[in-house]
Amino acid sequence: MKILVMVKRVTDPNVTVRVNADNSAVDLNNVKMAINPFCEIAIEEAVRLKEAGIASEVIALSIGASQSQEQLRTALAVGADRAILIEADSTLEPIAVAKLASKVIEEEQPGLVILGKQSIDTDNSQTGQMLASIMGWSQGTFASKVDIEGDKLNITREVDTGLQSLSLKLPAVVTCDLRLNEPRFASLPNIMKAKRKPLEIKAAEEYGIDLTPRINMLKVEEPSARQSGEILSSVSELVEKLKTEKGVI
Amino acid sequence: MSILILAEHDNISLKEITLTAVTAASQIGGDIDLLVAGENCHAVAEMAAKVSGVNRVRVADHACYKGLLAENITALIKSLSNDYSHIMAPATTGGKNILPRVAAALDVSHFSEIINVESADTFKRTIYAGNAIATVQSDDPIKVITVRGTAFELSETNGSATIEMLTEVHDLGLSSFVSENVAVSERPELTSAGIVISGGRGMQNGENFSMLEKVADKLGAAVGASRAAVDAGFVPNDMQVGQTGKIVAPDLYIAVGISGAIQHLAGMKDSKVIVAINKDPDAPIHQVADYGLVADLFDAVPELEQSL
Repeated sequence: MKILVMVKRVTDPNVTVRVNADNSAVDLNNVKMAINPFCEIAIEEAVRLKEAGIASEVIALSIGASQSQEQLRTALAVGADRAILIEADSTLEPIAVAKLASKVIEEEQPGLVILGKQSIDTDNSQTGQMLASIMGWSQGTFASKVDIEGDKLNITREVDTGLQSLSLKLPAVVTCDLRLNEPRFASLPNIMKAKRKPLEIKAAEEYGIDLTPRINMLKVEEPSARQSGEILSSVSELVEKLKTEKGVI
Repeated sequence: MSILILAEHDNISLKEITLTAVTAASQIGGDIDLLVAGENCHAVAEMAAKVSGVNRVRVADHACYKGLLAENITALIKSLSNDYSHIMAPATTGGKNILPRVAAALDVSHFSEIINVESADTFKRTIYAGNAIATVQSDDPIKVITVRGTAFELSETNGSATIEMLTEVHDLGLSSFVSENVAVSERPELTSAGIVISGGRGMQNGENFSMLEKVADKLGAAVGASRAAVDAGFVPNDMQVGQTGKIVAPDLYIAVGISGAIQHLAGMKDSKVIVAINKDPDAPIHQVADYGLVADLFDAVPELEQSL
């Protein structure tokens, strides 16, 4: 069984972004970029399934700017066998990304697609669910445990109330939550080896899909800042303030 | 305009967060229907019928909807979609699981976790861990929207909607519910609690969270955690507050041993009063706190408990 893993290039999670001067977007000039942390978990899971003899091949797919090749090389360095980049304007909406991915699925015929549960830039949490919908496949979102048994996938999901276990019919789309695994670091020899692994680049336009954005970003603003507070000297002062000044306890 | 809201429930009672989605829907305007899909969920339907502003409660009661399976619920919503201009749900793990699938099934875009209704087609939502707020608009014929619970008030519950039973069953056979491991707690739910006390990596281990629980029990508070504490294995993920966990906005938020990474702030900075207990005076959490206590939490937390 082939596994397709989707990888997104995003701002480094440790960077605090700023809104640009004309309030039209977030200023990404000279901002450090990285692989979306949840995508790292997705790659790790796919590689583990290959190491366990369940997957025959791991294909990493990224849809976005040309520089996403860097993130695909990272995926190759931790164990993906080959990579595909569909070059496109990086502001593609999840519905467009999901449609493009569905075309890759038609070509590659994977038995499982693994993605992160959300990207930390747009904070949408949409692409995996949309892809499953377009393919008519089952979906297992926010996964913290995945087991494959024949043509079934047993999944434990992180839900608001605790954990939910589902049995899904394969092929399926899985999106990863934090505790699914701990991603490995790429070793230097593997980073060198990854440079020689195949990375195919295609243009989004080749697929004949309408990629026009449906959502217009009218304005982007900074959130209102909190008033800076005060440092107190004792617990008793804190309790007093919470009781009398704020009346919250 | 007419709006369908997917109700959040556990087959026994309607979850309060559904009422915030009803408030958001009433700001859009038009007739509001609630969809209650589940197994043996009649009690939920009765509760849903009392929500003010709701016109009709549509009930799909069948084993195939147990656990709110995304595949079956999407097919159900799609079958009803012709009647609606907006399809909404609270931004819970249930809503976030299902509504993007619904949007793709209808070939429309999806607004995730809105925090404000500007008009029937324009909304605000946060991006980049809450470091920016985007105003977004779409011309799609059906708007598919999840609603951040903390951004809207609860609607009243003195209504009397009609209840309609939906008989057509949408069982795609793609997935099945196996079991649910519900975290049982006597304390209030994290996302609706008036007071939340959360611990971070500074707690050192899971056992030490009992100190926070003692304070929580005196205050009637919920206990949360930062991602660092979840990653370290101190506590389960359903306690996580932050960009990738739960969003809370209580009257009082007490952050204990939490440094204040942007990912954590994204989940709690709309709290009315924030208290930080952290021995590092330079910890970023102190910059968003109304009251900071630069102290060893192992001294301060027991003292706090004693003084309540």
